[in-house]
Amino acid sequence: MPPDRRGGIGNWLLAAFATLVFIFLMLPLLVVFPISFSSASYLQFPPPGFSWQWYQRYFGDPDWIDSTIRSFQIAALCTALSMLLGVPLSFLLVRSRRRGIWLLDRLAAAPIIVPTIILSIGLYSIFARLQLIGEWYGIAVAHTVLALPFVMILVGAGLRGFDESQEQAAIGLGASWATAILRITLPQLRPSMISAGFLAFISSFDELVVAMFLSGAEKTLPKKMFDNILMEIDPTIAAVSVTQILLVAVCLGLTTLFGKGALATTLSR
Amino acid sequence: MSSPAARRERALLLMGLPALLLLGVLFAWPVLRLLSMSVEDGSLEHLQRAVLDDLYLAVLFDSLKIAGFVTVICLVIAYPLAFWLSRASKIGLALGMFALLLPFWTSVLVRTYAWMVLLGRSGVINRMLRDWGLIESPLPLLHNLGGVLIGMVHVLLPYMVLPIYAALLRIDPDLPRAAEGLGAPRSAIFRRVILPLSLPGVAAGCALVFVLSLGFFITPALLGGGRVIMIAMLIEQQVRELLDWPFAAALSVVLLAVTLAIYAAINRLTKGARLAS
Repeated sequence: MPPDRRGGIGNWLLAAFATLVFIFLMLPLLVVFPISFSSASYLQFPPPGFSWQWYQRYFGDPDWIDSTIRSFQIAALCTALSMLLGVPLSFLLVRSRRRGIWLLDRLAAAPIIVPTIILSIGLYSIFARLQLIGEWYGIAVAHTVLALPFVMILVGAGLRGFDESQEQAAIGLGASWATAILRITLPQLRPSMISAGFLAFISSFDELVVAMFLSGAEKTLPKKMFDNILMEIDPTIAAVSVTQILLVAVCLGLTTLFGKGALATTLSR
Repeated sequence: MSSPAARRERALLLMGLPALLLLGVLFAWPVLRLLSMSVEDGSLEHLQRAVLDDLYLAVLFDSLKIAGFVTVICLVIAYPLAFWLSRASKIGLALGMFALLLPFWTSVLVRTYAWMVLLGRSGVINRMLRDWGLIESPLPLLHNLGGVLIGMVHVLLPYMVLPIYAALLRIDPDLPRAAEGLGAPRSAIFRRVILPLSLPGVAAGCALVFVLSLGFFITPALLGGGRVIMIAMLIEQQVRELLDWPFAAALSVVLLAVTLAIYAAINRLTKGARLAS
């Protein structure tokens, strides 16, 4: 478009607005950094001096470490399960020509729409009866339900962009269908699968509402943080937060490197 | 001997079956079982209380009001942002996506904690305003509706930006160019070409943000300080403190019904908009 003056001012205003929004988005993430290095014994801003005390407290407290390890275990199992179940499910939902398939598509996407609190207390009453409250794998399986829609949407989008005739060519050359999928299709879906895997991991690692009801006394990291925030705001949580933000930044960096930005299209459906 | 098409369908079904079983056992069943608890003792008493009692009705309307506010605020912020992103340079886009996705992936709990640090009575913002002599006594930024709205908009904004951005990218660049060639001023190109074509993204974003905020729990519970009650908090309280399962189930029926109705209504509007454009 020709650069006219009104457009110039408009563009400038737009850029200024975007910058303000980005500051709003990043501000809460940035503010916990100085606080986590504070030498004060309570929440004080600006911090009077530098110290590692809150990181020492986080990494030195078996309660915090136990819940961190528990959350890692849960997120790892959730990622494995949601990939193992979700990738084949995407094949069914994308490729099947059955008439009722849209209904299954809705079912698989429903955990995004149905409020998590409803699923949580529904699961709570069942898990309580089966005495599964406090079992880490129980939470991981429940998180898998929540992560499946992300896997299905991301991998499904990748699969729609894949030319199926490549598979047929391999079969024509004598490969079995399973071999064709494993050796031809899946390698090309790798970017969407990497994005889906990281998203499943992070969504489980951060999840609180389901964990609140199912974790019992065996707290996950978000549950431990929630209880701490309710009782006292001490800078230990800032140290935990910084650790989590760095973890997310690493995951996000790896996804942009290997996931080909598939994430931007995640929620466009 | 079955046809190749039938064999293919059977193989596909087999692939999807484990996930569908999981969704059936750990999603559909628990949700339906909970909903049925609302009429467990054969009476509609609990449902009636959830729908007719002024107290609970007020919470439902408050939740709808908050979800509406959050959706409108998100839309007003997200549209210009998505528009900027859709025309940004490569570096601008990369930085913008980073600033959008890093908070998006960061735990809601971390962000809620950070907002408590920022907005509290002796928090960062009040402290700075006082140091600069702009205020005498701390502003009430936390434990009220404003604080809840700030926290919720921060969590839900990416859900609005990404669909609108995707819709803007899908617009054929020849269309605005053609309008320009025919002498349309920039404002008219935006109003009559770009805006209508981006409406499906707007509707998708609004549906998602409204539905997600209606069921919000953590952010209002922490930033509202007990003064802002949303329906999800009410359900949690019924189960945790009062152990009133049938009534919690009745409230869940109401929440789910409203959620699905609004989601369906917005989706239908989108289809209308798509046909009109």
